[in-house]
Amino acid sequence: MAEDTSRVLIADDNKVNRLLLSRSVELLGHRSAPAENGRLALEKLRSEAFDLLLLDIEMPELDGFAVLEQIKADPQLREVPVIVTSSIEGLDNVVRCINLGAEDYLRKPVNQVLLKARIGASLEKKRLRDQQKALVRRFVTSEVADDLLQSDFALGGKWLCASVLFSDIRGFTALVESQGPEETIDLLNTYHMLMFDAIGSYGGAVNQIMGDGLMALFGAPLPLDDCAGSAVAAGQEMLGLIEQFNHERSAVNKPAIRIGIGIATGNVVAGYIGTQQRGTYTCIGDTVNLAARLEAHTKVAGCSILIDDATQRALGGSVPTQSLGEVPFKGKAAAVEIFSVMAGQLHGQS
Amino acid sequence: MDESVIDRAVYAELRDTTGAEFVAELVDTFIEEGPGMLAELRAARVEGNAERFRRAAHSLKSNGRTFGAVKLTALAREFELKGLDADPVRDVGGLAALEAEYARAVAELKALRNG
Repeated sequence: MAEDTSRVLIADDNKVNRLLLSRSVELLGHRSAPAENGRLALEKLRSEAFDLLLLDIEMPELDGFAVLEQIKADPQLREVPVIVTSSIEGLDNVVRCINLGAEDYLRKPVNQVLLKARIGASLEKKRLRDQQKALVRRFVTSEVADDLLQSDFALGGKWLCASVLFSDIRGFTALVESQGPEETIDLLNTYHMLMFDAIGSYGGAVNQIMGDGLMALFGAPLPLDDCAGSAVAAGQEMLGLIEQFNHERSAVNKPAIRIGIGIATGNVVAGYIGTQQRGTYTCIGDTVNLAARLEAHTKVAGCSILIDDATQRALGGSVPTQSLGEVPFKGKAAAVEIFSVMAGQLHGQS
Repeated sequence: MDESVIDRAVYAELRDTTGAEFVAELVDTFIEEGPGMLAELRAARVEGNAERFRRAAHSLKSNGRTFGAVKLTALAREFELKGLDADPVRDVGGLAALEAEYARAVAELKALRNG
């Protein structure tokens, strides 16, 4: 709640002002910490957690404008609300503070009633934002969450070059029928935990979970240097983890599980799809469809990882692959040459 | 007491919102810090450092406004807006007036603190 004790950093080079602001903040039920100039304020913001910054403009070493600029440029700091408290002359300077991202401007000496209202509003805004972020982070990686929050969940899409990975468990329906529901959910949770781990460790983000299946993105929404190589490496890691998991299962006489993985690389339309009430960040387009078809085709081809020609070219020979020839996929005008990733060659272990 | 030195309404509001004991401490802090600010102004004048001069004047103005020291605020603000004068002699005269007003404000604040 906004009424809870919050930590407020007070950056002011003047001792009387610092003491007075600290007193005002403490009378409102918050805790305060002082910083004697802009440089020290930034140091404190980077090393301790604060809910709000009360910032003076006229300060030696680093003035308030420079502090605002640095806060805005730092992804770790830019969500700390800043209220400028100053007696600086000139309306243009006040406008400059707001343009640099300050939540508000309060003229010194600061009126206690106004201070209470502005601090309350800023903290409430921050609390809602933190809550929103925590919620988003349950479903996407923190990079995706940051991108979404920065764009204010912009519904507009954009073209990106990315690798898309689909995977699912072979014969899962039969497995579900052979065991109790609790065991199924337990298996799925362990399985997803392992897959999330493998995908996340190569910079990918799990985008959708569909029962035993999942879709992961590499290179969206944030660019990745080698999205194809990362996706293939994640696929190999997924297989390795499943193998270890199967060892554990066999020790308690449970059947092994097998997964199939399809990876395609190319242009995708990425964006936040849905309504303002309910939506999801995803990628759509031919590349996504192809990755799903490749994953389904692993059953036909009898191999664990299938990739398209664009992914294979992007690997540049760093991972051994075997051509399975051209396959006409539903929805594709031309047949696509597909490749099986050779087992046992872990990529990117250097 | 000379009411034109300290605006009683401003001082009363400060005392009412933050507490008499706290205001007494704040006045003490101002009395401790004030000479440093005045010395800073003089040093900036001697050095001819316009930025330092403006910042010291700004700081003094800000504190003057906090306590309702009307004349002190006005004199410090004038220095802040005008900056260093091309003729140092004029600034020296202005600084003497500012120091005298500071002394009056301190005397009034001490009386108010103890009253």
